[in-house]
Amino acid sequence: MKTFPRGGVHPPENKLSAGVPVEVLPVPGTVVVPLSQHLGAPAEAVVAKGDRVLVGQLLGKAAGFVSAPVHSPVSGTVAGVDMVANGSGIKGLSVTISVEGDEWMPQIDRTDRVGYDCQMSAEEIVKKIADAGIVGMGGATFPTSVKLTPPQGKKAEMLIINGVECEPFLTSDHRVMLEHTAEVLVGVGLLARALGVEKTFVGVENNKPDAIDVLRKVYGNILRELPPMEIVPLKVKYPQGGEKQLITAITGRTVPSGGLPIDVGCVVQNVGTAFAVYEAVMKNKPLVERVVTVTGAVERPANFLVRIGTPVSALLDAVGGLPEDCGKVIGGGPMMGRAMSNLDAPVTKGTSGILVLDRRTAVRCAESDCIKCGKCLTVCPMGLEPYLLAPLVQKQRWDEVETHRVMDCIECGCCSYTCPAKIPLLDWIRLGKAEVGKIIRSRLNR
Amino acid sequence: MIYTVVVLVVLGVLLAGVLFVVAKRFHVEEDPRIDTVEGLLPGANCGACGYPGCRGLATALVTDYSEELYCPVGGASTMGVVAEFLGRAAVVREPEVAVVRCGGSCAVRPVLSHFDGARSCAVAASTYAGQTGCSFGCLGMGDCVSVCDFDAIYMDASTGLPVVSDEKCTSCGKCVKACPKVIIELRRKGPKGRRVFVSCVSRDKGAVTRKACQAGCIGCGKCVKVCEFDAIAMADNLAYIDPVKCRLCRKCVGECPTGAIVETNFPPKKVVAEV
Amino acid sequence: MEHKLTISPSPHLFSRRSTRGIMGDVLIALLPALAVSVWVFGFDVLAVTAVAVGSCVVFEWLAGRFLLGDGGTSVGNLSAVVTGVLLAFNLPSNIPLWLVILGSFVAIGIGKMTFGGLGKNPFNPALVGRVFLLVAYPVQMTTFPPVDGVSGATPLALAKSGGLDAVDYNSLLMGFKSGSLGEVAALALLLGGLYLLARRVITWQIPVAVLGSMALFSAVLWFVNPGVYMSPLFHLLTGGAMLGALFMATDYSTSPMGWRGGLIFGTGIGVITIVIRLWGAYPEGMSFAILIMNSLVPLINKVRR
Repeated sequence: MKTFPRGGVHPPENKLSAGVPVEVLPVPGTVVVPLSQHLGAPAEAVVAKGDRVLVGQLLGKAAGFVSAPVHSPVSGTVAGVDMVANGSGIKGLSVTISVEGDEWMPQIDRTDRVGYDCQMSAEEIVKKIADAGIVGMGGATFPTSVKLTPPQGKKAEMLIINGVECEPFLTSDHRVMLEHTAEVLVGVGLLARALGVEKTFVGVENNKPDAIDVLRKVYGNILRELPPMEIVPLKVKYPQGGEKQLITAITGRTVPSGGLPIDVGCVVQNVGTAFAVYEAVMKNKPLVERVVTVTGAVERPANFLVRIGTPVSALLDAVGGLPEDCGKVIGGGPMMGRAMSNLDAPVTKGTSGILVLDRRTAVRCAESDCIKCGKCLTVCPMGLEPYLLAPLVQKQRWDEVETHRVMDCIECGCCSYTCPAKIPLLDWIRLGKAEVGKIIRSRLNR
Repeated sequence: MIYTVVVLVVLGVLLAGVLFVVAKRFHVEEDPRIDTVEGLLPGANCGACGYPGCRGLATALVTDYSEELYCPVGGASTMGVVAEFLGRAAVVREPEVAVVRCGGSCAVRPVLSHFDGARSCAVAASTYAGQTGCSFGCLGMGDCVSVCDFDAIYMDASTGLPVVSDEKCTSCGKCVKACPKVIIELRRKGPKGRRVFVSCVSRDKGAVTRKACQAGCIGCGKCVKVCEFDAIAMADNLAYIDPVKCRLCRKCVGECPTGAIVETNFPPKKVVAEV
Repeated sequence: MEHKLTISPSPHLFSRRSTRGIMGDVLIALLPALAVSVWVFGFDVLAVTAVAVGSCVVFEWLAGRFLLGDGGTSVGNLSAVVTGVLLAFNLPSNIPLWLVILGSFVAIGIGKMTFGGLGKNPFNPALVGRVFLLVAYPVQMTTFPPVDGVSGATPLALAKSGGLDAVDYNSLLMGFKSGSLGEVAALALLLGGLYLLARRVITWQIPVAVLGSMALFSAVLWFVNPGVYMSPLFHLLTGGAMLGALFMATDYSTSPMGWRGGLIFGTGIGVITIVIRLWGAYPEGMSFAILIMNSLVPLINKVRR
């Protein structure tokens, strides 16, 4: 069975909510929709306080090429367009909407009927995806339409669909693959059409055998409707869901240092994104809701279909509230997610899960001296030397940090995870990446 | 025995010859004044002047003199001596000192969360807004302390805020760059070290600031009204006292409802006998 | 908010492995060899080991408390215990106990703590202690107690002086031979090494490179002239080959990072060991070989990049 060759770790999977079907979470009374839910320029607000909006109505339009529009996830009245704190307490321009009823834009098809035939050209599909505000749903939130438009002189040869969900605890992609198999596959077909690729692979780790089976079965049934694709089971290893790792695992190709997947002719998209693409193209539905796993030390781990902008606290209430000994709430998975300080913050396009840790797991162990065991080096999927980088960052020797390829770091956290001395390697490396990034940018500007 | 002596002598002469040739061949002609000027500079090699070390500045002063070149550590006296040596007019700058513009001590700013990452303000700042309700205030992990070459800053354990020593601070500005929240400002030292400044950088609306911290500037504007010298400006819910215009009358200090305006090194006010 | 949430950068999940756990695993892996040693040499073994461990821990604590200023907390990571056991394993069981204390002082005090403690020492501390004793007190260090009534010379010393008639591989494997107290039980050491491999405390590269290069080198010579040179199997089962390859060369801070560096490092040790054994002044060269290669580790780490 395939996997990526270099590094990686095996954290306990803890997929507590894998068997729990997706429930629809009731629409909350108020939603907060940040205008920056994606990488790139924040959207520009096109509504003002007092405006009436419907579900799917445009709230903010894309500001530039690398940007994405934002749509209203509810119907109601705009209560304000102002600075609201996100999960980390950092404020950003957001649209607050008081919910009234649940009225959708008339062109949105809300039936369950799966649509197959699409006569649109590649350009039309990409336009539709861009207008629907679709971004990478795995958590990176890079605008999908940008990825579907390879830069001049580069050609995508294959499309790789990421159904790996290698983060422990998270099950939202798994549930989407199980419950919306046909839709996901149609979405994958649309993505393949948009890119004009001949080969498409759907990579799924073999801890989800049910998803692999059902994908294969449904694909067999609707074969005629779809471009050729292959469902590839992968050996479980974190961080298989990293773009570069997934490409190497499936195709054997290696993205060069500092390069992008397109440099080796690959485009990677998440299964959640494929589902959103299906809904946008076949159902005219912009990205206004997503599946979120709420799990960890909660009473009833679950998967919810949540409107964007719903406060995280509402999700936590739905699984029985915060437990007594709650130590940490994480937006995303335990390896790459962000710890939250503000639980009133809204669910955004990139929120794949909310993970609650108890006090004991929340606090890190005390740090001790590096024993030079080299484990960080063997687990680093990018072949970096974390034990060397971390002290260099602390000494602020940025030129050496750069020559040790800090910019190749994918921030997967394997080094910190594995370190027996419990050194916060990634904390330092991430800081080094930010500083070196600044230095590189100022050098380019000069 | 004699053989050994001969071998060593020959070897010595040979190597001395090599050294001689190399020294002649690769000799670099350098203005001898650079050495003298370097000797006049403080020798802290802190880089505050923008050059790599004191020799860098000395070279620049000798070869490429301009008014812009200034050693903040040595200050007016050092620059005067250097200018005299080089036969130039001395550059005089007002002595400055690093000022911490945050009064959010543990007592007035409730801590809402607990940071558990690498002990660094830079890491904390890139992780979240801060452990209190204030997203502008001091993170308290002492990046400014560790970056100071002059041992002029320490963390006050009781307040959780950094304290700058007026005597030791050389206004090199390293802490200003190190602080991810841009709290530290280089300000005029003032006569006898007397300064009046707003000890807060929060741009939140007044209500938000007040909820997060009892000592924050809430942007009420009382200080602006009371100032007779037009020295206080209000922008984004935050007052700023212009050190050049400020006459140190201290009227604003008493007027500030949250005590965000701080005075330093003034003699204690005389207690006015109640009539 | 009544809950004070913890905030930290990702990752939020950590492996259960700790420095202390790793050292504990090494100690477990050394147990079978210790047991065999007690069986072969008697209870002197326990006395030597206890004194070595005790004095290593005391010196570590003293140095940590009064020199490094860590309050002596580094004792808790068990690395001093490991150094103590390894040092004891490199000593004859009938050595005077005051020499053990001296060796521990050199191992911990000079070999480790002067460099700043665990992870910063360039040379394997236990070997620094052993080599110091070997050079300073050669008589005490090379007088071994008799095993099964046979005189106390090691098989390697006998081979070197030409006094070895027949080789009984069985007793070499099981440990019924003369030698330092921990190095004799080849099979038990191998067992411990396999445990470390299974627990992923060590990787296969260094042990395999050491033993492989020793075997290959001695095999070539043996094929050329079996009358003069001993067989590769003999070399692998005698002296400190097993102990060195599995436990001493694999010491984290004194071995290179990564698999390629490990192979270079191990090969160097194997070749130097055989060279010393066959043409050097000492009958055994493992400890010198490891120390020599220790000094090359920074270089190997650079080349590997």
